Amino acid sequence: MPIHNILTNPGEWLRGDGPHNQIVISSRVRLARNLRGFSFPGWAKKTERLQILETIKARVEELTEMADAHSVYSQDLSALEKQVLVERHLISREHAAKGVGSAVVLNKRQTLSIMINEEDHLRLQALRSGLQLKSVFKMIDKVDTALEERLDFAFHPKLGYLTACPTNVGTGMRASAMLHLPALVMSEQINQVIQAVNKIGLAVRGLYGEGTEALGNLFQVSNQTTLGEKEDEIIARLHKVIEQILEHEQNARANLLQKQATKLLDHIGRGYGILRHAYSMSSKEALNLLSFMKLGIDLGFFNEQCRQPIDELFMETQPAHLQKGTQQKLAAEERDALRADIIRTKLLNFPLPDLRTARDQPTPPAE
Amino acid sequence: MTCDVCKNNQATVFLTQIVEGKMQKVNLCESCSKEKGVSDPTGFALADLLLGLGAAQEIERSGGMQKCPTCGFSQADFKKTGRLGCSNCYETFNDGLGGLLKQMHKGTEHVGKVPQRLLKSLERENQMKELQRNLRKAVANEDYESAAQIRDQIREGEVPN
Repeated sequence: MPIHNILTNPGEWLRGDGPHNQIVISSRVRLARNLRGFSFPGWAKKTERLQILETIKARVEELTEMADAHSVYSQDLSALEKQVLVERHLISREHAAKGVGSAVVLNKRQTLSIMINEEDHLRLQALRSGLQLKSVFKMIDKVDTALEERLDFAFHPKLGYLTACPTNVGTGMRASAMLHLPALVMSEQINQVIQAVNKIGLAVRGLYGEGTEALGNLFQVSNQTTLGEKEDEIIARLHKVIEQILEHEQNARANLLQKQATKLLDHIGRGYGILRHAYSMSSKEALNLLSFMKLGIDLGFFNEQCRQPIDELFMETQPAHLQKGTQQKLAAEERDALRADIIRTKLLNFPLPDLRTARDQPTPPAE
Repeated sequence: MTCDVCKNNQATVFLTQIVEGKMQKVNLCESCSKEKGVSDPTGFALADLLLGLGAAQEIERSGGMQKCPTCGFSQADFKKTGRLGCSNCYETFNDGLGGLLKQMHKGTEHVGKVPQRLLKSLERENQMKELQRNLRKAVANEDYESAAQIRDQIREGEVPN
């Protein structure tokens, strides 16, 4: 299947029907693996990198999981196409910077992404919507097991899987979830949550890296360490912490509704008004306002039919997604105008927020 | 305040990260911050940078080998990139890395998944080494009966299954 199809179709995780998907946008697990007897990609000479690439690519394409996959060499992707894949979290920013000697293999549903010659020879990633770290790990573990039958991985009995960066050695696993936490931000509890999570050895980042004020109130929570703990223990610990954050967010929402209803309604109403009527909008402003819309839908101020268009806008208003339909690269001002156009069009038939129908209480977390 | 990396220019970028309750601070000048990707917060993990700094000290303290015999990677390269050259670098720079891994991770030994096929071949390799050692010992002791037995075992083991 041509890469064009992948770029124009949203992946499974963007349709968002996984468990707890109102707050947990996506779950992701990636494994770092290297071949025995070769230099790591950052140190290998070009001929060695090409040899590694062809060896791995052939083995990856044999996998039954990858039967409908598309492989593409890094040099065959334009900068814009790479950026689209970055915005969808299908390749890393580091991988987007690679040229000859690297490739990515993506399955049709865009739930599996295998980067070849990123920082490590292999970066295996599985990505699904909602909170389902366990099943996402199972998915990628199966791929890893199938690959280790075909390839000799660099493994040390004491240190585990050997990786280019010592921060990944051991399991080579980084598990993460993307959370939407507008109420914790609005009620100024988010820093407390981040500190508490940091204390137990997990990392919290914004959608775009470090810093507490995350764009669109989106936060990534992930494990920080990879040595000395089993994969399923790491996953279980992370899962538990995310469930707790989920509960805090739900409590914060209930609290805002009870005690600061006017402030909450004002945010949502203003977000609606600006999105509906603006003619120029930066991606930062768009993400932050869309976050309020999403919260408004979660709380019942808008009907459920509004959910999908808003979720789609989170992605469609990102710089590369915005430009993938246009012929030439747009200047920042042109992008902002186009972004506002797309949002206005999509919101054209949106009903006014019905501020009286707000649900009394958000449901407490399951399990 | 001078830059922690080049120790030359005035630091203008200040980073703080809290890992497991321990606060770590780094001060960088404009050009080093760019080089380390700090101006591009998305691609940047402070841990990598800290790894570079801490790692350099750890490895220098260990006074270990200068270069990896397998891939030619040196301490200076590690200091510069915070990445290793090949999987054998873990053996080469073992002394310095040990302390570093201890700071960085929950434990010092891998307890997770083990690739089964590789494990079997590693076990066989070790078994063969053990047999070779025993064979040499037997020959040295002029215990030719045992030596012949061990030789047969080695021949059996060498047949690929």
